[in-house]
Amino acid sequence: MTITVWLESAIRDAERRGLPTLRPLLEALARSTSALRAADWNENAAGEHGPSTDVNGR
Amino acid sequence: MAAERNADKDAGRDAEPRTIADLAAALKARELTSVSVVDRCLQQIAERDGTLNAFITVLSDAAREQAREADREIAAGGHRGPLHGVPVSLKDLIDLRGTPTTAASRVRQGHVAAQDSPVAARLREAGAVFIGKTNLHEFAFGTTNEESAYGLVRHPLDPTRSPGGSSGGSAVSVATGMAWASIGTDTGGSVRIPSAACGLVGLKPGFGEVPVEGIIPLSTTLDHVGPLCRSVGDARIVYGVLRGQAPSVARKEARGLRLGIPREYFLSVLDADVAAGFEATCARLRDAGVVIDEVSIRHAADIAPVYLHIVLAEAAAYHARTLESRPGDYTPNVRLRLEMGRYILAEDYARALRGREMLRHEVDAALGDRDGLLLPALAVPATTLGADTVRVGSSTGVTDEPIRNITLRLTHLFNVTGHPAITLPCGATPEGLPIGAQIVGHSNRTPDLLDVASALERYVTPDAATPRGIPLSGAAPAASRN
Repeated sequence: MTITVWLESAIRDAERRGLPTLRPLLEALARSTSALRAADWNENAAGEHGPSTDVNGR
Repeated sequence: MAAERNADKDAGRDAEPRTIADLAAALKARELTSVSVVDRCLQQIAERDGTLNAFITVLSDAAREQAREADREIAAGGHRGPLHGVPVSLKDLIDLRGTPTTAASRVRQGHVAAQDSPVAARLREAGAVFIGKTNLHEFAFGTTNEESAYGLVRHPLDPTRSPGGSSGGSAVSVATGMAWASIGTDTGGSVRIPSAACGLVGLKPGFGEVPVEGIIPLSTTLDHVGPLCRSVGDARIVYGVLRGQAPSVARKEARGLRLGIPREYFLSVLDADVAAGFEATCARLRDAGVVIDEVSIRHAADIAPVYLHIVLAEAAAYHARTLESRPGDYTPNVRLRLEMGRYILAEDYARALRGREMLRHEVDAALGDRDGLLLPALAVPATTLGADTVRVGSSTGVTDEPIRNITLRLTHLFNVTGHPAITLPCGATPEGLPIGAQIVGHSNRTPDLLDVASALERYVTPDAATPRGIPLSGAAPAASRN
């Protein structure tokens, strides 16, 4: 699920549950999730093995 | 009769114990009675807690009875060890049989613990006296203690400021002499942050070292239990009891110890007074012969999203049922933060776990063959109650940082990686607010970290770091308390 789709869905659900004040927190969480997914240590099934956790070998 | 005689001796003593070891020696020698020490703590509570609000439950009668029993045992030659007869407080997340465990939340209304948590049981076995249960940020989910069903906690040096959290009541209880030590929990810094803000020593042992059973969790893979104390020696004593065995002691000299400073990220957003205090500490350590160099934790800046996705998801899992059934019993902001966790996707939680492994290896590599990492414990002095942000200098200028982010910034990495860490007071701002330095040790080597901290304490904590207006001794002479 892309972050855009996830955020739209989460905000809709929060509003449905009577929690409109959750919106700015979800938007902040979306920014944090974007940073998490952009980190260079994430693994990718189409690529090589992910970066080694042996930092001496980086 | 013996108790009365010893109480008379108390009034005539000219050297007051300042550490738990000294207090234990005085109790064992029957120069002091536990009853008199407990009474002085209770008097501090009576005099100051109306303003500071450190306690949710004060166990006056039970504490006096425990103290009488301790005095009887000691008089009969049954001294159990350094915590026998010593008043301690417990963060009110920790089960103590027969008392409520409120977590500072209406969600817990009506609860009374049926049995001791292992932590409380070990303290009880060691003869500690439970003086009370301390206030906290609701369910330990915050760093200011402002969101509590029992009201906010105030800083003992400036009641317009927060003592830090979430173990804020614990810190205040020790800093003001309401208790000689307190047991807190630390999920992102909740022992070290209030310890730094209040001028105390706060120890987060390595992950899994101290049992968490019988303690309300915030995040099961990040939660740690540790003591807030007035000295490294005190922390070592309490840690030994919490572990169920006293740690071995290897006396180290400061000269020749090797510390690494992870400057990038950790020192890039820092209050100017904190930065000055930390640099002065480094200078004192270098003068003492400590070898300090710079190290890199390459992905340190990724810690915030890694931490957030773990803590939110795990906290939401624990609270899901009561968020549905009793949402109005949470304070509004804690409820919203818990709700946020219910939207985290499993794939992002898995990414955060991958990030944790990366960071754990990077911290191990930064430690290398050094004795520890050295960094500030808290990027800003005690923050103002009611504020959402605090103005902080950074490498890119001055920014207004959200208080939750800036207070967690220097501590939560070591919850994610599980390395032991300790904070020591290292100075004060021109206004007299304490500044804390943090030393991080190798995984599974908390006793080594305590040895290093013991060797460095006299250089890290100069006399000037003693918070103004806070009595160091909970056993102040009766004549000085008027």
